[in-house]
Amino acid sequence: MAGVQVANVSRSFGAHKALDDVSIDFADGGFYALLGPSGSGKTTLLRQIAGFDFPDAGRIAIGGESVERVPVEKRRIGMVFQNYALFPNMSVADNVAFGLSVRGEPKATIATEVQRALDLVQLGKLGGRKPHQLSGGQRQRVALARAIVTKPRVLLLDEPLGALDKALRVDMQIELKRIQREIGITTIFVTHDQEEALTMSDRIGILRDGRLVQEGPPEEIYDRPQSEFAATFLGDANIFRGDATGSGIRLPDGTTIAASTGASVPAGAKASCAVRPERIRISTGAAKPDAGNANTLKGQVSRRIFAGNNSTYFVDRDGQTLKVIVQNTGAERLAEGQPVVLSWSPDSTVLIAA
Amino acid sequence: MADLLAIGSRRGLRPALPLLLPAYLWLTVAIFLPLSAMVFFSFMTDLPLAGKEWSFTLGNYAAFFSQSLYSTLLFASLRLGLEVTLWCIVIGYPAAYVLAKVLKGRSREAIFLLVILPFWSNGLVRIFSWAMVLREGGILDTALNAVLPFKINIDLMYSYPAVIIGLVHSYVPYMVLTCYLTLQAIDDSLIEAGRSLGASRRQVLWRVIIPLSMPGLIAGSALIFVPVVGSFMEPRILGGRTGTFYGTVIEDQFVAVFNWPLGAALSFILLAVVLIILALAAPVLRRAA
Repeated sequence: MAGVQVANVSRSFGAHKALDDVSIDFADGGFYALLGPSGSGKTTLLRQIAGFDFPDAGRIAIGGESVERVPVEKRRIGMVFQNYALFPNMSVADNVAFGLSVRGEPKATIATEVQRALDLVQLGKLGGRKPHQLSGGQRQRVALARAIVTKPRVLLLDEPLGALDKALRVDMQIELKRIQREIGITTIFVTHDQEEALTMSDRIGILRDGRLVQEGPPEEIYDRPQSEFAATFLGDANIFRGDATGSGIRLPDGTTIAASTGASVPAGAKASCAVRPERIRISTGAAKPDAGNANTLKGQVSRRIFAGNNSTYFVDRDGQTLKVIVQNTGAERLAEGQPVVLSWSPDSTVLIAA
Repeated sequence: MADLLAIGSRRGLRPALPLLLPAYLWLTVAIFLPLSAMVFFSFMTDLPLAGKEWSFTLGNYAAFFSQSLYSTLLFASLRLGLEVTLWCIVIGYPAAYVLAKVLKGRSREAIFLLVILPFWSNGLVRIFSWAMVLREGGILDTALNAVLPFKINIDLMYSYPAVIIGLVHSYVPYMVLTCYLTLQAIDDSLIEAGRSLGASRRQVLWRVIIPLSMPGLIAGSALIFVPVVGSFMEPRILGGRTGTFYGTVIEDQFVAVFNWPLGAALSFILLAVVLIILALAAPVLRRAA
């Protein structure tokens, strides 16, 4: 097993820059999510690491060994495809055995290894079935068993759960994470599902238009996004734009918002603030000012969406609609049209350089 | 497919009848009736034309077994069918692969057109144009001698290779089309999956692509083998004296000797042999597919 280093990798298709000077270090044994909207270059990056495509510039190393010109079959990687890509003409066991068999391993070794891999994904008894006799989740497990049975240095997953329904997807997320921990393999996971990225990975890299926007542990990206894009793509955020004051920003109408996390922006420069909807308190009257709710704004409820354990309020304020998520604790529910006061702490406010 | 059939049987056959009827009426009129007439002829001593005397006989079938010439020619024709089919695979499969997996868009359409072009030209014109190319002093001979520093003599006309060339030219589009269809249905990610598991391009070809395109190879082979075994036009024109095959003998009975009963009997023996071969091959082919 090994870490993966991607350094200054660029790749263009015609005039389109699919990857633009991307550098990421994937540490040995980590679980990484590459997150981004479609067309952001996340799959292109995965294909460069896999070796299906070679970068125009930059370096890719697996376990310290440069591989950017090594074809895929010599890279010793395991890959799980979005549509599973199981060989329809082979049984489940033969699918899993494929990688060992092309390597010319002895039959007895293959049989034991295949059984072990199938047991690991809890499909030990289904070796004789054909792929078309399996459910989506089972095919997914076969694809995973097939990818790890060869003991690859890196496991690459291309939106592996995209074709599964919601409940099954959550099961598979847990399952995938368990298996990854059990064999301790460096795993790189491409997804456009931010929730999946947050719950599964040790680190997340957010891509946009072929560039790496931000990279770090999920908590760090969520709590301290470095750009409006990162703030709004990973989770929800209310964005305020104004001029930096040194300790926050001043909105065009003169209101100041204090921010104690995020970038340091020189006073007078353009800047924005991001606040997560669940960090904002909503009340009908003015709350007692204290350090915990130093930022206050007045507004009016325009819509409320009830979602069981929580409610989302949309609050109109000076032409901007703010989003507030409140846990349903049985307290009074606010009616649409009601004037409200929003308050939140400067600690929950992230300053972002424009 | 299984689902569709299941739906069909649940609703019963009746609603489907109006859809089936035209095709089956046509088949009955156009194939079944003339073919039955031929079966009838094959048991007659002579054609009942111009008030000639005739009676029923098994003699036409007996002729096949009493004269070794017919079985020798049948074996020659089966060998011809096998060789032409093999050449069609060797030539057609790689072309189908490139069409299905390498070329995209406009260039694919253009190359496709070239492949099916033989279908659009008249068979006789096709064969005679080969005669122009292959004969001594023909296009191939002249061109090679113009390029090569030494004198060579290309006279493929009226030879076994000429027959093969003509037949392969006529039938290779079938192989390209059937293989193209199965190859195109193979998801590219299967090829990528194979390579990600450490298989070289060659291993992926033998273990993934060829097994998955077997239905196309088999369909193409059947489409080519059967008519080639009975072919007469290419052997006659391009093969000359060496071009005597089972198909040309049958043609002679109908066209030259005017012994329709013998020609019909020989045709049905060919049909039986081909069916037996396909039946024997079926279990093997089914496993392969």
